[in-house]
Amino acid sequence: MRFFFKTDYNQDINLFRDGVDRFWYGLLIAVLLAAPFLLEDFWLGEISYVFILAIVGIGLMVLTGYTGQVSLGHAAFLGIGAYTHSVLLNLGVPFWISIPAATLLSALIGALIGRPALRLTGVYLAIATLAFAFIIEQILIRWEHVTGGFKGFPVPRPEVLGHSMVEDVPFYYITFGALVLAVLVALNLLRSPTGRAFVAIRDSEIAAQSMGVNLAAYKTLAFSISAGFTGFGGTLFAHKIGYLAPDAFNILLSIQLLLMVVVGGLGSLHGAIFGAIFVGSLPQLIAILRDYLPEGIARQPGLEPGIFGLILVFFILFEPLGIYGRWLKVKLYFSLFPLYKKATFKRQKTYTKSERNR
Amino acid sequence: MTLFQADNLAINFGGIKAVDGVSFDVQKGQVFTIIGPNGAGKTTVFNLISRIYDPTSGVLRFEGNDITGVPPHKIAAMGIARTFQNIELFEHATVLHNLLLGRHAHRGGNLASQLLFLPSVRKMELEHREKVEHVIDFLDLQHYRDTYIVNLPYGARKVVELARALCTEPKLLLLDEPSSGLNTEETEDMAFWIHDIRNELGITVLMVEHDMTLVNEVSDRVLALNYGRVLALGTPSEVQSHPEVVKAYLGD
Repeated sequence: MRFFFKTDYNQDINLFRDGVDRFWYGLLIAVLLAAPFLLEDFWLGEISYVFILAIVGIGLMVLTGYTGQVSLGHAAFLGIGAYTHSVLLNLGVPFWISIPAATLLSALIGALIGRPALRLTGVYLAIATLAFAFIIEQILIRWEHVTGGFKGFPVPRPEVLGHSMVEDVPFYYITFGALVLAVLVALNLLRSPTGRAFVAIRDSEIAAQSMGVNLAAYKTLAFSISAGFTGFGGTLFAHKIGYLAPDAFNILLSIQLLLMVVVGGLGSLHGAIFGAIFVGSLPQLIAILRDYLPEGIARQPGLEPGIFGLILVFFILFEPLGIYGRWLKVKLYFSLFPLYKKATFKRQKTYTKSERNR
Repeated sequence: MTLFQADNLAINFGGIKAVDGVSFDVQKGQVFTIIGPNGAGKTTVFNLISRIYDPTSGVLRFEGNDITGVPPHKIAAMGIARTFQNIELFEHATVLHNLLLGRHAHRGGNLASQLLFLPSVRKMELEHREKVEHVIDFLDLQHYRDTYIVNLPYGARKVVELARALCTEPKLLLLDEPSSGLNTEETEDMAFWIHDIRNELGITVLMVEHDMTLVNEVSDRVLALNYGRVLALGTPSEVQSHPEVVKAYLGD
């Protein structure tokens, strides 16, 4: 078991707790940087898809996991990012301008949505964001001369120094860099006063307000930052799928994104990344599963969303802290071995909870 | 010198007059206690002062300024902090995190500098930490610093809430039943702290309290409320022997 001896306040602020952490995360980054030399292109594509999902997951985690606001409309922000980026590229804007532009536009629309959504909580907020996602989907369908309507349009393939940036290897590095950037920005946000205010709003709005947190401003900000991350992920997502059509950004994608943060573990950035790995590999797992299922079930339409729903329900029932919670328990088991007590993580009933906390 | 003044304060919820024409003023450096039977309107007065409710009529003055129209999130920065009757801590965060949020009213730097975590932000964070550590030392919370609130016993949560309010560096501290749910020993500690908060930190305290031993021990002035009206106002012994107060508590 490791004991952290703290001698400096900076130790509570720094990104890494100590040299051991620094070593393991450094090793992880080194392995991921070396991956293109070790893996086939197919796997690189899959991993970059997980990276993109993780960026979006971080965005949704800021909103749902840290600020406590549920959103069933994040596919719309992904769509806004993807379409804006691609339309700008078609107009001849270089990608290093169109990516930040698409991110900013998503953040701006996020703020506009956040404003009216302020008065809503819980399931009503979920319904409102769902409605917003439908509106965006309809706009993508009807605004034909820009979005190409139902048919959609292929995403342009920008080139850097004569190399296409969406080839497997360069795209892998671009998405990896984007994820590292997103993680750093999110970590900075969470260790600064703004991130603390988000957590405060999640746990007790009335106390947050009395400590000086402007609820309206911070909730709007949370929506905006979350939408910004998601839109940023969307720009890369566009290249990943290669062809934009409205049905790529439907309700099922929103639910998948929510599944990602819940299954990964609400309230932790690790959770967003674990969730992305899980959701990224799920279609493959389901495809493998199909081979073993009886014909009648395997060919059933709607099998995939059904399994998503089932997984979500099981996680909420049996592991509300998600994969990250399970990971913490496994870590604790080994660090305390053989003294681990089963009751350590037993959920206890809270009697002091009031109705309002939901 | 008058620090806080409530003038003819009233609020109706539908036809119910929860607070009905209450006036009092709190002098700087006092411990001022509001007592009264259940439903007398004590917590409602607190919610009016922290601006969670808008009064139907009446004026609130703090340091001579009218604060009746100030939005609730600006109250902390003006120097009014509060605790809650049913504990409103940020449960899925550590004690340290809770206390640092108490520094929110003193935060500086814009969002962009925070997202980049510029050296200026780090410097500010260290300053806040320094202030928070003073409060931790003051209330003996060293042991709980990195504990999540959900894992804390009830008594310790009460102290953390008090600590969080102190972290805002208030001039006026509103304590809503500081001793509720505490055992005798913890209540005694609370009495000492309230004493120290006034004498060492120079903070004026306005509290709602049921435990008359605690009230007698720390209060300079006591206000008795019933059905939203003032029954009596004076020193603890004056108020307790006031015939109206006796009647409200014991009946005719």
